Amino acid sequence: MSTDNKAMGRKHHFAHHFRSAEHEYESAKQGIWLFMATEILMFGAIFAAYAIFHSLYPSMFAEGASHLDWRMGFINTCVLLVSSWTMAMAIQSLQSGKGKNAAPYLIVTLLCGAGFMVIKYLEYTHKFHLGLYPGKWFTYEGAQHSNLALYFSFYFVMSGLHGIHVLLGMGLITWVLIRTMRGEFDEHYYTPVEGVGIFWHIIDLIWIYLFPILYLIG
Amino acid sequence: MAYHRFNLDLFISNSLLNWLGGTMASHQSTHHVIPAKVFVIILGILLVLTVLTVVFHSMQLGSLAAPVAFIIATTKAVLVMAYFMHLKYDTTINKMIFGTAFFFVALLFILCVIDIATRIPVQSTL
Repeated sequence: MSTDNKAMGRKHHFAHHFRSAEHEYESAKQGIWLFMATEILMFGAIFAAYAIFHSLYPSMFAEGASHLDWRMGFINTCVLLVSSWTMAMAIQSLQSGKGKNAAPYLIVTLLCGAGFMVIKYLEYTHKFHLGLYPGKWFTYEGAQHSNLALYFSFYFVMSGLHGIHVLLGMGLITWVLIRTMRGEFDEHYYTPVEGVGIFWHIIDLIWIYLFPILYLIG
Repeated sequence: MAYHRFNLDLFISNSLLNWLGGTMASHQSTHHVIPAKVFVIILGILLVLTVLTVVFHSMQLGSLAAPVAFIIATTKAVLVMAYFMHLKYDTTINKMIFGTAFFFVALLFILCVIDIATRIPVQSTL
Protein backbone atom coordinates (compact mmCIF):
# COMPACT_ATOMS: atom_id res chain seq x y z
CA MET A 1 0.00 0.00 0.00
CA SER A 2 1.78 3.12 -1.12
CA THR A 3 0.79 6.18 0.78
CA ASP A 4 1.96 9.70 1.41
CA ASN A 5 3.92 9.23 4.57
CA LYS A 6 4.99 12.61 5.86
CA ALA A 7 6.95 11.11 8.73
CA MET A 8 10.66 10.78 8.22
CA GLY A 9 10.40 7.06 9.03
CA ARG A 10 10.72 4.22 6.61
CA LYS A 11 7.58 3.36 4.69
CA HIS A 12 6.29 -0.16 5.14
CA HIS A 13 5.82 -2.27 2.04
CA PHE A 14 4.05 -5.60 2.31
CA ALA A 15 6.19 -8.70 1.85
CA HIS A 16 6.29 -10.24 -1.63
CA HIS A 17 4.50 -13.43 -0.60
CA PHE A 18 1.31 -11.49 0.19
CA ARG A 19 -1.25 -10.35 -2.37
CA SER A 20 -1.75 -6.97 -0.75
CA ALA A 21 -1.13 -4.98 2.41
CA GLU A 22 -4.57 -6.07 3.59
CA HIS A 23 -3.67 -9.73 3.00
CA GLU A 24 -0.49 -9.25 5.06
CA TYR A 25 -2.45 -7.54 7.85
CA GLU A 26 -5.11 -10.28 7.99
CA SER A 27 -2.48 -13.05 7.97
CA ALA A 28 -0.45 -11.41 10.74
CA LYS A 29 -3.53 -10.97 12.89
CA GLN A 30 -4.65 -14.54 12.35
CA GLY A 31 -1.22 -15.66 13.55
CA ILE A 32 -1.59 -13.52 16.67
CA TRP A 33 -5.01 -15.04 17.39
CA LEU A 34 -3.62 -18.57 17.00
CA PHE A 35 -0.94 -17.61 19.53
CA MET A 36 -3.63 -16.20 21.85
CA ALA A 37 -5.54 -19.50 21.59
CA THR A 38 -2.43 -21.33 22.88
CA GLU A 39 -2.19 -18.84 25.76
CA ILE A 40 -5.80 -19.58 26.76
CA LEU A 41 -5.10 -23.32 26.58
CA MET A 42 -1.93 -22.99 28.71
CA PHE A 43 -3.52 -20.87 31.43
CA GLY A 44 -6.78 -22.84 31.10
CA ALA A 45 -4.98 -26.06 32.05
CA ILE A 46 -3.51 -24.41 35.16
CA PHE A 47 -6.93 -23.01 36.08
CA ALA A 48 -8.37 -26.54 35.74
CA ALA A 49 -5.67 -27.90 38.06
CA TYR A 50 -6.46 -25.10 40.52
CA ALA A 51 -10.17 -25.98 40.37
CA ILE A 52 -9.47 -29.67 41.07
CA PHE A 53 -7.33 -29.04 44.15
CA HIS A 54 -9.60 -26.25 45.34
CA SER A 55 -12.55 -28.65 45.25
CA LEU A 56 -10.52 -31.19 47.28
CA TYR A 57 -9.17 -28.77 49.92
CA PRO A 58 -11.43 -25.67 49.97
CA SER A 59 -10.57 -24.59 53.54
CA MET A 60 -6.83 -24.90 52.84
CA PHE A 61 -7.19 -22.60 49.82
CA ALA A 62 -9.17 -20.14 51.95
CA GLU A 63 -6.32 -20.09 54.46
CA GLY A 64 -3.86 -19.47 51.61
CA ALA A 65 -5.89 -16.57 50.23
CA SER A 66 -6.01 -15.01 53.71
CA HIS A 67 -2.22 -14.59 53.50
CA LEU A 68 -2.61 -12.37 50.44
CA ASP A 69 -3.39 -8.66 50.72
CA TRP A 70 -6.44 -8.05 48.51
CA ARG A 71 -5.60 -4.33 48.38
CA MET A 72 -2.38 -5.13 46.51
CA GLY A 73 -4.34 -7.30 44.06
CA PHE A 74 -7.01 -4.62 43.71
CA ILE A 75 -4.46 -1.89 42.92
CA ASN A 76 -2.72 -4.16 40.43
CA THR A 77 -6.04 -4.97 38.74
CA CYS A 78 -6.74 -1.25 38.30
CA VAL A 79 -3.17 -0.62 37.08
CA LEU A 80 -3.51 -3.35 34.43
CA LEU A 81 -6.97 -2.15 33.33
CA VAL A 82 -5.63 1.40 32.87
CA SER A 83 -2.64 0.01 30.95
CA SER A 84 -5.01 -1.91 28.67
CA TRP A 85 -6.88 1.32 28.05
CA THR A 86 -3.71 3.27 27.19
CA MET A 87 -2.62 0.41 24.90
CA ALA A 88 -5.98 0.51 23.11
CA MET A 89 -5.70 4.30 22.86
CA ALA A 90 -2.19 4.07 21.35
CA ILE A 91 -3.60 1.91 18.53
CA GLN A 92 -6.70 4.10 18.23
CA SER A 93 -4.42 7.17 17.86
CA LEU A 94 -2.52 5.51 15.03
CA GLN A 95 -5.73 4.32 13.33
CA SER A 96 -7.32 7.76 13.41
CA GLY A 97 -4.28 9.57 12.03
CA LYS A 98 -3.15 11.04 15.37
CA GLY A 99 0.04 9.02 15.48
CA LYS A 100 1.84 11.59 17.62
CA ASN A 101 -0.29 10.56 20.59
CA ALA A 102 0.70 6.90 20.24
CA ALA A 103 4.15 7.17 21.85
CA PRO A 104 2.91 8.90 25.06
CA TYR A 105 0.17 6.28 25.43
CA LEU A 106 2.72 3.48 24.96
CA ILE A 107 5.02 5.07 27.57
CA VAL A 108 2.16 5.20 30.11
CA THR A 109 1.37 1.53 29.30
CA LEU A 110 5.01 0.67 29.96
CA LEU A 111 4.98 2.59 33.26
CA CYS A 112 1.80 0.76 34.34
CA GLY A 113 3.49 -2.56 33.55
CA ALA A 114 6.50 -1.52 35.63
CA GLY A 115 4.19 -0.42 38.47
CA PHE A 116 2.48 -3.80 38.38
CA MET A 117 5.83 -5.59 38.65
CA VAL A 118 6.97 -3.35 41.56
CA ILE A 119 3.82 -4.26 43.52
CA LYS A 120 4.34 -7.92 42.61
CA TYR A 121 7.95 -7.66 43.86
CA LEU A 122 6.77 -6.20 47.18
CA GLU A 123 4.24 -9.03 47.55
CA TYR A 124 6.73 -11.75 46.67
CA THR A 125 9.46 -10.49 49.02
CA HIS A 126 6.90 -10.31 51.85
CA LYS A 127 5.90 -13.94 51.21
CA PHE A 128 9.56 -15.02 51.07
CA HIS A 129 10.22 -13.18 54.32
CA LEU A 130 7.47 -15.21 56.04
CA GLY A 131 8.67 -18.50 54.53
CA LEU A 132 5.57 -18.83 52.35
CA TYR A 133 7.45 -20.60 49.56
CA PRO A 134 5.97 -23.13 47.10
CA GLY A 135 6.11 -26.89 47.69
CA LYS A 136 9.04 -28.37 49.58
CA TRP A 137 10.64 -24.97 50.22
CA PHE A 138 7.70 -23.93 52.43
CA THR A 139 9.02 -23.01 55.90
CA TYR A 140 6.13 -20.99 57.38
CA GLU A 141 5.45 -22.10 60.97
CA GLY A 142 1.85 -21.02 61.63
CA ALA A 143 0.02 -23.01 58.94
CA GLN A 144 -3.32 -24.50 60.04
CA HIS A 145 -3.41 -26.94 57.12
CA SER A 146 -0.44 -29.26 56.66
CA ASN A 147 -0.66 -28.92 52.86
CA LEU A 148 -0.79 -25.09 52.75
CA ALA A 149 2.37 -25.20 50.62
CA LEU A 150 0.17 -26.43 47.74
CA TYR A 151 -1.71 -23.13 47.70
CA PHE A 152 1.57 -21.25 47.35
CA SER A 153 2.69 -23.60 44.58
CA PHE A 154 -0.41 -22.50 42.67
CA TYR A 155 0.04 -18.87 43.71
CA PHE A 156 3.64 -18.63 42.52
CA VAL A 157 3.13 -20.65 39.32
CA MET A 158 0.00 -18.72 38.29
CA SER A 159 1.12 -15.23 39.25
CA GLY A 160 4.72 -16.00 38.21
CA LEU A 161 3.76 -17.20 34.72
CA HIS A 162 1.54 -14.14 34.48
CA GLY A 163 4.40 -11.91 35.66
CA ILE A 164 6.71 -13.36 32.99
CA HIS A 165 4.07 -12.38 30.45
CA VAL A 166 4.00 -8.83 31.85
CA LEU A 167 7.81 -8.61 31.48
CA LEU A 168 7.66 -10.02 27.92
CA GLY A 169 4.84 -7.61 27.12
CA MET A 170 6.90 -4.68 28.43
CA GLY A 171 9.77 -5.74 26.17
CA LEU A 172 7.44 -5.91 23.17
CA ILE A 173 5.92 -2.52 24.01
CA THR A 174 9.45 -1.04 24.18
CA TRP A 175 10.08 -2.48 20.71
CA VAL A 176 6.94 -0.93 19.16
CA LEU A 177 7.53 2.31 21.11
CA ILE A 178 10.98 2.71 19.50
CA ARG A 179 9.49 1.99 16.07
CA THR A 180 6.63 4.41 16.77
CA MET A 181 9.09 7.16 17.71
CA ARG A 182 10.98 6.46 14.49
CA GLY A 183 7.77 7.23 12.64
CA GLU A 184 7.37 3.78 11.16
CA PHE A 185 3.65 3.53 11.90
CA ASP A 186 0.66 5.51 10.68
CA GLU A 187 -3.01 4.93 9.88
CA HIS A 188 -2.01 2.68 6.95
CA TYR A 189 0.41 0.43 8.80
CA TYR A 190 0.31 -0.37 12.51
CA THR A 191 0.14 -4.20 12.50
CA PRO A 192 2.98 -4.76 15.04
CA VAL A 193 1.40 -2.32 17.51
CA GLU A 194 -1.95 -4.07 17.19
CA GLY A 195 -0.36 -7.50 17.65
CA VAL A 196 1.51 -6.40 20.77
CA GLY A 197 -1.71 -4.76 21.96
CA ILE A 198 -3.65 -8.02 21.71
CA PHE A 199 -0.89 -9.77 23.68
CA TRP A 200 -0.99 -7.04 26.33
CA HIS A 201 -4.78 -7.34 26.64
CA ILE A 202 -4.60 -11.10 27.16
CA ILE A 203 -2.32 -10.43 30.13
CA ASP A 204 -5.11 -8.24 31.49
CA LEU A 205 -7.66 -10.94 30.64
CA ILE A 206 -5.77 -13.59 32.67
CA TRP A 207 -5.35 -11.23 35.63
CA ILE A 208 -9.09 -10.46 35.65
CA TYR A 209 -9.57 -14.11 36.71
CA LEU A 210 -6.41 -14.43 38.83
CA PHE A 211 -7.38 -11.54 41.12
CA PRO A 212 -10.64 -12.99 42.49
CA ILE A 213 -9.49 -16.62 42.62
CA LEU A 214 -6.12 -16.00 44.31
CA TYR A 215 -6.84 -12.97 46.52
CA LEU A 216 -10.54 -13.16 47.35
CA ILE A 217 -12.06 -16.62 47.11
CA GLY A 218 -8.90 -18.64 47.57
CA MET B 1 -22.29 2.20 8.37
CA ALA B 2 -25.08 1.13 10.64
CA TYR B 3 -23.24 -1.72 12.32
CA HIS B 4 -20.35 0.53 13.15
CA ARG B 5 -22.55 2.89 15.14
CA PHE B 6 -21.99 2.72 18.85
CA ASN B 7 -25.09 2.16 20.88
CA LEU B 8 -24.57 2.38 24.63
CA ASP B 9 -27.81 0.59 25.50
CA LEU B 10 -27.01 -2.41 23.41
CA PHE B 11 -23.30 -2.77 23.58
CA ILE B 12 -23.08 -5.51 26.21
CA SER B 13 -25.79 -7.62 24.62
CA ASN B 14 -24.25 -6.92 21.21
CA SER B 15 -20.88 -8.14 22.30
CA LEU B 16 -22.43 -11.33 23.65
CA LEU B 17 -24.86 -12.03 20.83
CA ASN B 18 -22.55 -11.09 18.00
CA TRP B 19 -19.79 -13.14 19.50
CA LEU B 20 -19.80 -15.74 16.79
CA GLY B 21 -22.46 -14.10 14.69
CA GLY B 22 -19.99 -12.87 12.13
CA THR B 23 -22.11 -9.81 11.40
CA MET B 24 -19.07 -7.59 11.41
CA ALA B 25 -17.57 -7.51 7.95
CA SER B 26 -13.88 -6.85 8.35
CA HIS B 27 -12.52 -7.75 4.97
CA GLN B 28 -12.63 -4.16 3.84
CA SER B 29 -9.44 -2.26 3.37
CA THR B 30 -10.57 0.38 5.86
CA HIS B 31 -10.30 -0.96 9.41
CA HIS B 32 -12.94 -0.20 11.95
CA VAL B 33 -11.87 2.45 14.45
CA ILE B 34 -13.55 2.44 17.86
CA PRO B 35 -14.16 6.04 19.03
CA ALA B 36 -11.99 7.20 21.96
CA LYS B 37 -15.00 7.91 24.17
CA VAL B 38 -16.12 4.27 23.87
CA PHE B 39 -12.76 3.18 25.32
CA VAL B 40 -13.20 5.64 28.22
CA ILE B 41 -16.68 4.21 28.95
CA ILE B 42 -15.34 0.63 28.79
CA LEU B 43 -12.48 1.49 31.17
CA GLY B 44 -14.99 3.09 33.56
CA ILE B 45 -17.23 0.00 33.53
CA LEU B 46 -14.20 -2.29 34.07
CA LEU B 47 -13.03 -0.26 37.10
CA VAL B 48 -16.55 -0.18 38.58
CA LEU B 49 -16.84 -3.96 38.12
CA THR B 50 -13.47 -4.40 39.88
CA VAL B 51 -14.78 -2.39 42.86
CA LEU B 52 -17.99 -4.50 42.77
CA THR B 53 -15.88 -7.69 42.96
CA VAL B 54 -14.38 -6.48 46.25
CA VAL B 55 -17.73 -5.15 47.56
CA PHE B 56 -19.50 -8.48 46.91
CA HIS B 57 -16.58 -10.34 48.49
CA SER B 58 -16.85 -8.22 51.66
CA MET B 59 -20.56 -9.14 51.90
CA GLN B 60 -19.59 -12.76 52.74
CA LEU B 61 -21.99 -14.38 50.29
CA GLY B 62 -20.89 -17.89 51.23
CA SER B 63 -21.54 -20.43 48.50
CA LEU B 64 -22.63 -17.63 46.14
CA ALA B 65 -19.27 -15.84 46.46
CA ALA B 66 -17.47 -17.88 43.79
CA PRO B 67 -20.25 -17.75 41.13
CA VAL B 68 -20.73 -13.99 41.68
CA ALA B 69 -16.97 -13.34 41.32
CA PHE B 70 -16.88 -15.57 38.22
CA ILE B 71 -19.82 -13.78 36.57
CA ILE B 72 -18.26 -10.35 37.19
CA ALA B 73 -14.86 -11.54 35.94
CA THR B 74 -16.42 -13.00 32.79
CA THR B 75 -18.33 -9.77 32.10
CA LYS B 76 -15.03 -7.90 32.39
CA ALA B 77 -13.30 -10.45 30.16
CA VAL B 78 -15.98 -10.10 27.46
CA LEU B 79 -15.61 -6.30 27.50
CA VAL B 80 -11.80 -6.56 27.22
CA MET B 81 -12.06 -9.07 24.36
CA ALA B 82 -14.81 -7.27 22.45
CA TYR B 83 -13.45 -3.72 22.69
CA PHE B 84 -9.83 -3.56 23.85
CA MET B 85 -8.87 -6.62 21.79
CA HIS B 86 -11.15 -5.37 19.03
CA LEU B 87 -12.59 -8.84 18.57
CA LYS B 88 -16.14 -7.54 18.08
CA TYR B 89 -15.03 -6.02 14.78
CA ASP B 90 -12.61 -8.79 13.83
CA THR B 91 -13.11 -11.49 11.22
CA THR B 92 -15.30 -14.53 11.89
CA ILE B 93 -12.29 -16.84 11.47
CA ASN B 94 -10.36 -14.99 14.21
CA LYS B 95 -13.38 -15.17 16.53
CA MET B 96 -13.61 -18.89 15.86
CA ILE B 97 -9.87 -19.46 16.45
CA PHE B 98 -10.06 -17.75 19.83
CA GLY B 99 -13.42 -19.35 20.65
CA THR B 100 -12.02 -22.82 19.96
CA ALA B 101 -9.49 -22.37 22.78
CA PHE B 102 -12.31 -21.56 25.24
CA PHE B 103 -14.27 -24.56 23.97
CA PHE B 104 -11.41 -26.92 24.75
CA VAL B 105 -10.75 -25.33 28.15
CA ALA B 106 -14.47 -25.84 28.92
CA LEU B 107 -14.17 -29.47 27.78
CA LEU B 108 -11.18 -29.94 30.09
CA PHE B 109 -13.16 -28.50 33.02
CA ILE B 110 -16.19 -30.72 32.30
CA LEU B 111 -14.05 -33.88 32.13
CA CYS B 112 -12.29 -32.89 35.38
CA VAL B 113 -15.63 -32.33 37.12
CA ILE B 114 -16.88 -35.73 35.93
CA ASP B 115 -13.65 -37.34 37.19
CA ILE B 116 -13.71 -35.72 40.63
CA ALA B 117 -17.46 -36.22 41.11
CA THR B 118 -17.40 -39.94 40.30
CA ARG B 119 -14.38 -40.97 42.37
CA ILE B 120 -14.73 -43.42 45.23
CA PRO B 121 -14.28 -41.28 48.36
CA VAL B 122 -11.10 -41.92 50.33
CA GLN B 123 -10.38 -40.57 53.79
CA SER B 124 -7.79 -37.83 53.41
CA THR B 125 -4.75 -37.99 55.63
CA LEU B 126 -4.39 -34.20 55.44
